[in-house]
Amino acid sequence: MSIRIDHISKSYGKVNALDDISIQVDQGELFGLIGPDGAGKTTLFRILTTLLLPDHGSASVAGYDIIADFKAIRKQVGYMPGRFSLYQDLTVEENLRFFATIFGTTIAENYDLIRDIYVQIEPFKNRRAGKLSGGMKQKLALSCALIHKPEVLFLDEPTTGVDPVSRKEFWEMLKRLQDKGITILVSTPYMDEAALCDRIALIQNGRILEIDTPKAIVEHYPKPIFDVGAHNTYLLIEKLNAYAHKHSVFPFGEYIHYTDQRDGFDPLELRTYLKNEGLQNIHIERTKATIEDTFMELAKQ
Amino acid sequence: MKEETVIKVEGLTKVFGDFTAVNKISFHVRKGEIFGFLGANGAGKTTAMKMLIGISAPSSGSANVAGFDVYTQTEDIKKSIGYMSQKFALYDDLTVKENIRFFGGIYGLSKARISQKSNLLIEELGLEKVAHSLVGSLPLGWKQKIAFSVSLLHDPKIVFLDEPTGGVDPITRRQFWEMIYKAANNGTTIFVTTHYMDEAEYCDRVSIMVDGNIEALDTPKNLKTHFGSDSMNEVFLKLARS
Repeated sequence: MSIRIDHISKSYGKVNALDDISIQVDQGELFGLIGPDGAGKTTLFRILTTLLLPDHGSASVAGYDIIADFKAIRKQVGYMPGRFSLYQDLTVEENLRFFATIFGTTIAENYDLIRDIYVQIEPFKNRRAGKLSGGMKQKLALSCALIHKPEVLFLDEPTTGVDPVSRKEFWEMLKRLQDKGITILVSTPYMDEAALCDRIALIQNGRILEIDTPKAIVEHYPKPIFDVGAHNTYLLIEKLNAYAHKHSVFPFGEYIHYTDQRDGFDPLELRTYLKNEGLQNIHIERTKATIEDTFMELAKQ
Repeated sequence: MKEETVIKVEGLTKVFGDFTAVNKISFHVRKGEIFGFLGANGAGKTTAMKMLIGISAPSSGSANVAGFDVYTQTEDIKKSIGYMSQKFALYDDLTVKENIRFFGGIYGLSKARISQKSNLLIEELGLEKVAHSLVGSLPLGWKQKIAFSVSLLHDPKIVFLDEPTGGVDPITRRQFWEMIYKAANNGTTIFVTTHYMDEAEYCDRVSIMVDGNIEALDTPKNLKTHFGSDSMNEVFLKLARS
């Protein structure tokens, strides 16, 4: 086992940032912490990277205890914090050399590991880090987190605010790193990225809602779910919310995802209701739950 | 009935040195429309938006926002629009009420009007308990909902939203979009950027910028048909990656 988190809790004053969290991540696993801003993801990263002490519970990373062996952990892990934390007034290459030197290695020694990523920013190696675009900063930060060949990589919201194209490329890079045997713990507020992880923990307000494979999590969704569309989405949302038997009504891209309270729900009945309420071009079709549906269902409870 | 156009952009261009950030973009936005303004990081969205809200002068081309010219009537534009972004929306070290009073004052609302609007806003969002709490102590999702309401205080014709829901939890994100629908339904025009492609589907029309150019502009449905894709995410990847 690569990361073992055992009943960790952490409070800031009255705020329970983490409330009795337990997670186990296997060697070489790509594990996702999925949750919105304020879920407690960053606090957990800071505890695992030995930058913060938990109030209760214990944890180990790469076989080392986060309190007793904190120095050993720092040598074995790479950490990419959510905020860009490189030296803005050093160049791309200087930043990378700095991190390599700190960990007693050289760029050349582990160049293989970062080649894929670093070649994309190498043309700008003499540019100051502060002058890079968002996507390039992200690639440099990942290169710096990898340059000492860590066993475990912690990535705190590496794709937040990043456009879909760069996000996709970033996840392709993560898959390649995983193939090299690195354990990766990554957090994201984007539910669509959850599907790319081996296993995920859905987390909100410091509590774990569920831990499983992305596939199992969507299969656990408790109700049949329907795509509902009509000519006027605003009116449709209003009328669905006013429907006596509704369980949940959430806009989902082109359609509204609707679930009903009743077991023997008949879509025709809903169609008639919407028609009588003045909606046109009504579309009702059974659809599959996504991770986001599951997250919202669990978060509602 | 002729539909009223509230944003008219023709050949709008912004050049920084030898770099063309925005290259002759043209589009119209109708009153009450939810217009999605998409693009990769660095595609020129923010630069274009800055020109439209009157804080950056175009290099060439023309644009008319809420009936005012972006070269000569920038102060009138600022009075006629609302604006919020993910990065800056409200003052963290003022309370909810103080923020409302501050922004109401900035927009020149009378004291009576501010007080009336303030009560209405707090009631609609169910904020009675936190009206006197510092905004900095509230969850991000609440802040963003309050910020959106505050951007509507002066009944602007158009609201510009720059990634308003980044990092917000999925339920609050949807509540936020329900607020957007409601405002649009009341005739407010919504101009919004986002990196959530499911949100692109909520827009009436969507434009996609690539390297300073608008490469596509249509309803989400037509864009998906045109690009033979099932989702806006695929459309975006096809356009921005080519």
